[in-house]
Amino acid sequence: MKRFYVLLALVAAAGGGAMWYSSHRKPAPPPAAARVVAATDGFRGYTLGVESAPVEVTEYSDFECPFCASFATVQMPVIREQLIAPGKLRWRYRDFPLPTHRYSRYAALAAQCAGEQGKFWEMHDQLFEHHQWAQTGKNPRSLFQDFARAVGLDLDKYDACMDGQRYAGRIEASVQEGEAAGVRGTPSFYVNGRPFERSTSDDFKALVDSLTKKHK
Amino acid sequence: MIRRQAIVLLALVGLLVATYLWLYKIGVLGELRCGTGSCEYVQTSRFADLLGVPVAFYGVAGYAMLFVIGLAGLEGRFAGDRRLSVLLAALATVGFAFTLYLTYIELFVLHAICRWCVASAAIMTAIWAAAVAGVSRR
Repeated sequence: MKRFYVLLALVAAAGGGAMWYSSHRKPAPPPAAARVVAATDGFRGYTLGVESAPVEVTEYSDFECPFCASFATVQMPVIREQLIAPGKLRWRYRDFPLPTHRYSRYAALAAQCAGEQGKFWEMHDQLFEHHQWAQTGKNPRSLFQDFARAVGLDLDKYDACMDGQRYAGRIEASVQEGEAAGVRGTPSFYVNGRPFERSTSDDFKALVDSLTKKHK
Repeated sequence: MIRRQAIVLLALVGLLVATYLWLYKIGVLGELRCGTGSCEYVQTSRFADLLGVPVAFYGVAGYAMLFVIGLAGLEGRFAGDRRLSVLLAALATVGFAFTLYLTYIELFVLHAICRWCVASAAIMTAIWAAAVAGVSRR
């Protein structure tokens, strides 16, 4: 019996030691946040909806911003269903990672790398629907890899894209475009180049209705 | 006696696993060591909390109870006490049912597997089997 208690003590010590080591381990370095040169590839953001839709909204958004997450998870599903799916509205997503958010550029990069494999919107939804990552302050690298796995990305390609920061230039170009348009916070919406200051699905329905009537 | 020893040892390992997940959840640990699993995906999902309490904490509490009761059952005066075996089996059954629920969520709702959760599920299943055998063979 004495040997059994010794075994218990050894298991407890080994487990406790491993956790102590884990809690004191140097955290993974934060993703590089160096300013990069804006891309000139003419990329204008990922879109939802048909090209022939009478109204196009450009959204400047930040994956770490709580208001953007709330908009994406509460308002956007209604907008997708009632305006985008029937062909009344086209939606363009532009990155505008705010400098106060530590991982928003990294998240934008994850979405772009998913977009490379045709899964931008799937990753967009993962980043906003599991928004707890934005409140923890933890390095989200492995969580984003989980998201990548969940949406069915080829993880090797995704990792290569992330490690090489392949689309950092696109994100920077999007930020510069937003700044030139006068974006100050997120989410910001523009309709035909003009700011649209409202942000509920009802507001967008009213907007589409009024613009569609004008065109009839 | 050997079954109770097994329960105590397994409960201790389960307690360590649940504590690890709980410490991650409350922010003490920065990252989970998960290999190719989807631990953080599972741990940051809406199913990682139940009634406002991290699911991992239920694990800590459950394994701690099994450990303490099992340890008491190794003491001479409780060694032949059937009530203790029934209590262990009842607790282990609750834990096993909870484990089945969590595994279902992982497999069919989240479509993601957390290795530590699988380890905990295996441990709880083994405890349940040992505890039920402990009641039926006395």
